[in-house]
Amino acid sequence: MTDGWVLPVLIMLLKSVVVLVAVLIYVAYVIYADRKIWAAVQLRRGPNVVGPWGLLQSFADMLKFVLKEPIIPAGANKGVFLLAPVITGFLALAAWAVVPLAEGWAVADINVGVLYIFAISSLGVYGVIMGGWASNSKYPFLSALRSAAQMVSYEVSIGFVIITVLLCAGSLNLSDIVRAQDTGAGILGWYWLRLLPMFVIFFISALAETNRPPFDLVEAESELVAGFMVEYSSTPYMMFMLGEYVAIVTMCAMTTILFLGGWLSPLPFAPFTWIPGLVWFVGKASFVFFMFAMVKAFVPRYRYDQLMRLGWKVFLPISLAMVVVVAAVLEIAQAGGWR
Amino acid sequence: MLLTAAFFWLFATVLTLSAVAVVTARNPVHSVLFLILAFVNAAGLFLLLGAEFLAMILVVVYVGAVAVLFLFVVMMLDVDFAELKKGMLATQPTLLVIGLAVAAVVVVELVMTMGGWLHLARPLVAGGVPISPDVSNTQALGMVLYTRYFYLFQGAGFVLLTAMVGAITLTLRHKPGVKRQSIDEQNARTRAGAVEVVKVRSRAGV
Repeated sequence: MTDGWVLPVLIMLLKSVVVLVAVLIYVAYVIYADRKIWAAVQLRRGPNVVGPWGLLQSFADMLKFVLKEPIIPAGANKGVFLLAPVITGFLALAAWAVVPLAEGWAVADINVGVLYIFAISSLGVYGVIMGGWASNSKYPFLSALRSAAQMVSYEVSIGFVIITVLLCAGSLNLSDIVRAQDTGAGILGWYWLRLLPMFVIFFISALAETNRPPFDLVEAESELVAGFMVEYSSTPYMMFMLGEYVAIVTMCAMTTILFLGGWLSPLPFAPFTWIPGLVWFVGKASFVFFMFAMVKAFVPRYRYDQLMRLGWKVFLPISLAMVVVVAAVLEIAQAGGWR
Repeated sequence: MLLTAAFFWLFATVLTLSAVAVVTARNPVHSVLFLILAFVNAAGLFLLLGAEFLAMILVVVYVGAVAVLFLFVVMMLDVDFAELKKGMLATQPTLLVIGLAVAAVVVVELVMTMGGWLHLARPLVAGGVPISPDVSNTQALGMVLYTRYFYLFQGAGFVLLTAMVGAITLTLRHKPGVKRQSIDEQNARTRAGAVEVVKVRSRAGV
């Protein structure tokens, strides 16, 4: 009886560890790339001292964070204060359980994969609120309130965008969504073209949801010092930082799966289809991250009321209307027999 | 099976303990955090039952949205709760009565639900819709929700809409005399309407 479940559980554990390590190493280089791209736009060199071309910079930073002393403010609520970064890091990594990196390469290929990622990313707000409140200080609390409102607002439009994709794909399973984009037309058959307005809305909402510039009002350093993590130092701070970047990479992966055809090759003929799906997936996710980084370098920060207006008065009505339009078009196409 | 049982006991124990902690915690923020823990564990129990869609929706709606608002409100409260709690039973015996009344109602409802479930199980099952095993959870729910229970579903939606409209009308106030930003007005402004070029003669003023 024991053999019945011990082996699958061990295999599951092994898979999870492999994915976790891969994601963490990828995130280390994403942070490096972020700094390098930002530097290049501003005609600076960026990190270039640790290792060849500064390639080991992220690891040096990590060591430094871990070796420093964590300081807990005197009036802080100790348990919640330390729990907040753990929650942020844990939730960000937990989303990777269902991401299909290539055909059949997901730790858990569950039927409600999209909902799972949506649920996990909607919990990300707790790390922010708890951290801001437990610090027992004004600026972190203000910024936590701000960012909670921001994340909750943009989740709504992200939800509607995801619904339009689900309507087209007819499934909540992430692998099925990718397969539904395999129409034989390659890059032209993916949802970014068929649902172009939704792709744009999703990209911008993803920036806001992950608190990336130009929507980084959470840590608007000119007004809130450094946002909800002012009081954090050393390893807890690193967990926040890590969680934030993992969430960004998750959003890149989500964009890849929902709109850029996941592991599919952009040109659906011989020499390109030989390249393994994992390479395409990582390549596309990296491209999306490149766009994230370029937006950070180009666009000035939004004002808070403009941000809220964009989320509630522009994106929400458009995405809600698009859900109706997409559903109607699909229904008509089905009735007409074109589908 | 062993694994399922282990997870069931884990989720059930943590759920019950955190539900107790919601009531007993001194700090209201801790109460809300325990409530969230209880929600997450309830979602885990749904998963064990095979109701994966319900589990995810529970997390998205209750944990991701409702509890965030709870946390917001509770964090904004600036009341010394420990002080309040010290003499609550002695000074306000009515609260005890109210609490006991609510508990009694909840217990009665629980007994009625359980009784109905145990004794009327047969007619309920007969009235239900059989779900074929090869249809996924989400599809199965959608198939009954949008056909058989369509009017009830729409009715529930209208109830929520009414609540939303009510909340907005109760809180939305337009004070006269308050300057507000109007985006359309700002965008409609042109140079002609905003700037006037005046040639000022020396020693004459405008």
